Amino acid sequence: MTKESISAKGDLRLTRLTKSYGDFTAVDDLSLVIPEGSFFALLGPSGCGKTTTLRMIAGLEEPTVGSIHLGTTDITTTKPYQRPINTVFQNYALFPHLTIFENIAFGLRRRGIKDVDAAVSKVLDLVELPHLAQRKPTQLSGGQQQRIALARAIVNRPALLLLDEPLGALDLKLRRQMQIELKWIQKEVGLTFVHVTHDQEEAMTMADTIAVMNEGQIEQMGSPADLYDNPKTAFVANFLGQSNLIKGTISGNDGDSHIVDLFGQKISLQKNRSHANDQFIYAGIRPEKFRISRLGTPTSGNILTGGHIEDVSYIGVSTQYQVEMPWGQELMVFEQNDDGVAPFSKGEEVNISWEPIFTFGLRGDEDATAGSEVNPEELDEE
Amino acid sequence: MGKIRTPYLLLLPGFGFLFTFFILPIINLAQTSTQTPVGGGDTGQYEQTLRFSNYVDAFVENKEQFGRSFVYALIATILALAIAYPLAYAIAFKGGKLKNFMLVLVVAPFFTSFLLRTVAWKQILGEEGFVVPTLRNLGIISQSTTLTSTSFAVVMGMTYNFLPFMTLPLYASIDRIDPRTLEASGDLYANGFTTFRKVTLPLSMPGVVAGTLLTFIPAAGDYVNAAILGSPNTKMIGNVIESRYFKIVDYPTAAALSFTLMAVILILVTVYVRKAGTEELV
Repeated sequence: MTKESISAKGDLRLTRLTKSYGDFTAVDDLSLVIPEGSFFALLGPSGCGKTTTLRMIAGLEEPTVGSIHLGTTDITTTKPYQRPINTVFQNYALFPHLTIFENIAFGLRRRGIKDVDAAVSKVLDLVELPHLAQRKPTQLSGGQQQRIALARAIVNRPALLLLDEPLGALDLKLRRQMQIELKWIQKEVGLTFVHVTHDQEEAMTMADTIAVMNEGQIEQMGSPADLYDNPKTAFVANFLGQSNLIKGTISGNDGDSHIVDLFGQKISLQKNRSHANDQFIYAGIRPEKFRISRLGTPTSGNILTGGHIEDVSYIGVSTQYQVEMPWGQELMVFEQNDDGVAPFSKGEEVNISWEPIFTFGLRGDEDATAGSEVNPEELDEE
Repeated sequence: MGKIRTPYLLLLPGFGFLFTFFILPIINLAQTSTQTPVGGGDTGQYEQTLRFSNYVDAFVENKEQFGRSFVYALIATILALAIAYPLAYAIAFKGGKLKNFMLVLVVAPFFTSFLLRTVAWKQILGEEGFVVPTLRNLGIISQSTTLTSTSFAVVMGMTYNFLPFMTLPLYASIDRIDPRTLEASGDLYANGFTTFRKVTLPLSMPGVVAGTLLTFIPAAGDYVNAAILGSPNTKMIGNVIESRYFKIVDYPTAAALSFTLMAVILILVTVYVRKAGTEELV
């Protein structure tokens, strides 16, 4: 009837993958290796090409150019039903006419696996819903459907599990809980997970490696800590958490560090954390790395003087300040409420300081707002 | 108090209409079906004698036409399903912006009268039409074969006339299928054919059941197609009832045949719906 599904294993390799729809290029010359057994996240705003990339891996879209390898097997044009790859779809796409049991058994039956009962009950135990086997999908809550969608995919023990915004339809609390469970299940079953999301917190919680995508290309790839602490572009700095980017010029060197002039004030930046290609630079500092101090209080590290508190928001664990600097820029500062000192009040004159190792440098010709106007919580993919 | 009464008030117009134009005639028909001619009376004069063997007589006399009606209706239903399914599928999944336009085209035949369209078929399939000469030249039918006044023409006419009744419910239920469930099926190792058999078809079953019922029931009782496109050899039960009522003025037999037809259809439909198990579907 049809060719048997192939049994490839190993790292997933995308080579110069491009997908165009007419004039629009959704995925642009993307190359990527996803190591076997890892939890990999493709993170980016709506329309960045991450879902298209996932659909090409699943076989639901054919690349315009480029190739996809699983281990040593070229699967670029292999039909979806022949790939040892399963997907957890965005809205689960459970079969409404089948029971939960039959939904999960679907893939096993298609491949003629013998002991369907045992495999299904094992995976139902794993997602902790064994009592729902005889229900129909419409009788389940969103969170339960999500787990069944996951069970339906992992029961096949695919070489690769694709997750397309799997938690997008759940409320915040359930989403956080499922993130931890997904991570645990991935460790438990030891499969390679490729997870597509626009939620940076979700990606950081779960993934070993994150590839941040923008306009069909990968902006930067690395561990969550790498990307957060040492972003290479303004897009990554703004999309992953928040950043203060201050325009400046490199005015000198001091051993392993650059001396950067920020509107007349000198700060230090480690050379290996600078991604500028000439003397024009944006100095980046995460809001929680700043410390605020009253004038006259001794401070160390990089110091910027002449600020005054423009706005104060008390949010329990921390207080968020907007500090206006002499050159007119407002900097964002998050202070932990752990020192017993009452928050600063609006209008107070303050200095700002931070440890030099927390400074990162971006190219001076970048758009400092790239990636910041996107509010991931409000966007729905496609 | 008012809240409880409202639903009943809303039911009233519909109930009143059905009572006057459906229940009363049915009761009247039931009474007629057991009447016998008035001894020495005029043609068309009948009296109530509760002669239930009218049913047996009517059935035995016309069992050939009964059988033919259900066979024709069945073939027309199967043909209509075979034509309408791909059509509805294409409109639902590939219609894109033209979806609504295509649906208008499906119902467009209703803009002209049923009778007129059937007469048009008579011309298309007649000696002067292009179909018969073409088929003869291609050697598909012999030079002496005609298409009108055949069971072929009757079944074709019924298939054509009831096609929209098949297409629309099919479209409605195929259009509701989430295309992602089909992708999920492919993702779970089902090829195109298996996906159709295991996902698309089961999910479109409500449309299949509705469409086949909407085609089969009127087709089984139809007499227009057989009258215009058929011959005495292709008479259906509808034609018999029509001629008994209006030509022979044998009201009791016509009434008994109508009830028998209704009962047989009811039984067939009940068995069919039970088998198809629509209540199992979403």
